[in-house]
Amino acid sequence: MNNNVIVIGGGPCGLEASAQLHKMGYNVILIEKDDHLGGHLAKWDRLFPEGIPAKELLDQLTGNINGVKYFLKTEVKSINLLDKEYNVILSNGITILAQAVLMASGFDLFPAQKKEEYGYGIYDHVITNADLENYFKTGKDCRIKQNPQRIGFVHCVGSRDEKAGNRYCSKVCCATAVKQACEVKEAFPDAQVYCFYMDLRMFGRGYEDLYLKAQRDCGVRFIRGRVSEVAEDLNKQLVVKAEDTLSGKPIKVTLDLLVLMSGMTNCSAGTRIAEMLSLKRDEDGFFTCKDTIFSLQESDKSGVFYAGACTGPKTLPDTLHEARAAALAINNYIKNKE
Amino acid sequence: MIYEGKQKIWSDYQKDIPDDHYFYVRSCIRQSFFPASEQVFLDITRNRLKKDFFETEHHTTCGGIAYHSDAIPQETAMTIIARQFALMNKYGYENYVCSCITSFGLYTETLETWREFPELEAKIKEKLWESCKLEFAKPKYLAHASDIIYKFRNQIAQQAKFKLINKKTGEPLRVVEHIGCHYAKMFPSKGFGGAEYPYVLAGMIEAWGGEVIDYPERRHCCGFGFRQYLVQSNRGYSLSNTHKKFESMEPFKPDMIITNCPGCPYFLDRWQYVISEMEGKTYGQDGHGIPVFTYEEVAGLVLGYDPWDLGLQVHQVSVEPLLDKMGIPYDPAKKYQGVNGKDLGRPELPSCPGL
Amino acid sequence: MATFGYSLTPSSRIDLCKFNQEKWNRLVELESDVLKCMACGSCTASCTAGKFTRTSLRSAILYIQNGQEKQALELVQSCLLCGKCFMVCPRAINTRNLLLSINKIYSVK
Repeated sequence: MNNNVIVIGGGPCGLEASAQLHKMGYNVILIEKDDHLGGHLAKWDRLFPEGIPAKELLDQLTGNINGVKYFLKTEVKSINLLDKEYNVILSNGITILAQAVLMASGFDLFPAQKKEEYGYGIYDHVITNADLENYFKTGKDCRIKQNPQRIGFVHCVGSRDEKAGNRYCSKVCCATAVKQACEVKEAFPDAQVYCFYMDLRMFGRGYEDLYLKAQRDCGVRFIRGRVSEVAEDLNKQLVVKAEDTLSGKPIKVTLDLLVLMSGMTNCSAGTRIAEMLSLKRDEDGFFTCKDTIFSLQESDKSGVFYAGACTGPKTLPDTLHEARAAALAINNYIKNKE
Repeated sequence: MIYEGKQKIWSDYQKDIPDDHYFYVRSCIRQSFFPASEQVFLDITRNRLKKDFFETEHHTTCGGIAYHSDAIPQETAMTIIARQFALMNKYGYENYVCSCITSFGLYTETLETWREFPELEAKIKEKLWESCKLEFAKPKYLAHASDIIYKFRNQIAQQAKFKLINKKTGEPLRVVEHIGCHYAKMFPSKGFGGAEYPYVLAGMIEAWGGEVIDYPERRHCCGFGFRQYLVQSNRGYSLSNTHKKFESMEPFKPDMIITNCPGCPYFLDRWQYVISEMEGKTYGQDGHGIPVFTYEEVAGLVLGYDPWDLGLQVHQVSVEPLLDKMGIPYDPAKKYQGVNGKDLGRPELPSCPGL
Repeated sequence: MATFGYSLTPSSRIDLCKFNQEKWNRLVELESDVLKCMACGSCTASCTAGKFTRTSLRSAILYIQNGQEKQALELVQSCLLCGKCFMVCPRAINTRNLLLSINKIYSVK
């Protein structure tokens, strides 16, 4: 019997799981559809709550996968169960028989243009959370003016929104918005920053401190109300409408930059592979775990495991925990098989 | 503004409009508000575009105004609508085209409600038979009349005698497009371009040479709002909404406004007079108002119809400054003459002569 | 001028661009705790004066931030300075100094 394990997805989750499985002595094959490892992390600048550089974490994760075979720009062409092993055919022509498959396929960012009323891709100064990270990383984005005076953040874009097809909370956007609000204030000290939120879900360790920092040190104005629509005036500034639900009045503000906090949806490339295996998905589109408390890493198919955001929005620490838990679950499964 | 982004959305919201053979129903209020618009529509589609449009004198109101002002229940409105559809069927048509946005919204709402609740459809079918002895039928296609002009906008452009261009400067006219709320806000997929960035009128403006203005309160309702207008003491709400739109569009210096609803052009036109009386403020150039048109009137102007045959003399805001800009000839002496030179009488002059 | 039996209704919408940054900076200088409020409402719920008059510190802060200074002032002027709100505030805001500072800065014409 071979000791091959296939890991699908080369983001932080897939990297950590691969490193752990490799240490346990398995022959890990990591499949990544993009031309680089790291997934969304590779495009991010700094991480909440402390703002450590994303690159530090990425370097650490990639440094730990020495010995793991990985294929970039590679997709799974077919996957099926042969007796007790999974037969996987890759787009590069390679065929692998594996004892177990780990879905670490992660998430896609909600396409912000679907919320038409916010005008992403239509108004000159509307960007997303990912665009802002890219700007911090590269210093380039023609949509961000020299010295913006008023900057707004819209929480819950494509999250907690049945009309957008996503009723669930994307979990990480509140903390990301508050982190980015502090960062733009540091980048543009003259700017007034507004966060339009429905509930602030600052659940993690250090997150409440981040919120306090945004209020006290950065003077970020938190407005409890969802932005209803955005328009552009003659000066190409954004006219943003919302309700200040705490005072019960409609509110209007003219902004130089609006940042949309796109939420998470299950990765479309991952779901395509899951369809070949007939894996179950919940109403929210994410994969269905064997149960919701005890066996989060197991799927409804023996030998197929889950870790990270493919089973719902997760923070990076959550994702890394799941990657390690999945390695353990796979180890137990293969040992029992023997 | 990123034009390609809008084009992307427009391409997402397209609908099929059949090429010919339509059953046309008029609006109950447009013939007094804008008396020539529907006649011009039929003349353009029948005689210029050579399309078959059928209408019958048995068609009645759709019940929309009564329905939206809570005077009749939904089932009554649905039965009235079922009767109109039955007439279409009786005369051998299946493409239903209505002149009114309120009707279009109500027809769409009714068809969608029947789709969701088949038992209600069955009930209305029965009521139709009980009350009218007519066979129940549903249209294969439902379109608003502005969808038809949109569909043939390029053919109209080919036959154009005048363009939405300032003849003196050669610059495109700056045009505000105002879409009736019930065109697509209830069912975005039923309107060309959707609800946030509708294309139905913008497409006509582009095809005929004008430039579309996208101002902050573009999506705002004209303020008609049925109950808000129909009760005099509430009329201030209606007026305030129009006021808000004009304040928002003013910096963009629009040359004209085009609409596709019965109520909107009426209110955007008449309220300019009321605002000028109350506030002493006008929004057009040189103390004039901004002329407001139906899309049929604009199509008529583009195709070279005589402005007075289009009924433009009954507008509150005078249209002559725009006719001059487009280079359209008109005889001022004939402004208040009807068919065969009949004297229509002259309006009492408002206290703000600029309008 | 003609009369019509109805009139224009002024907009009740808040325009955040009308917020007075300069006065706010002075308030922050006098009592930086104003930045810490998270609008939980503990102060209003426990307010002694609030049982009889419309007194609410959290609303006053909000009104100032929304550029409605006059209304904000009306919400703090009936304060009895009993100190109950200071006891209940989860963010330990120095409510007494904040109230007095609001009064000082925003009463000035």
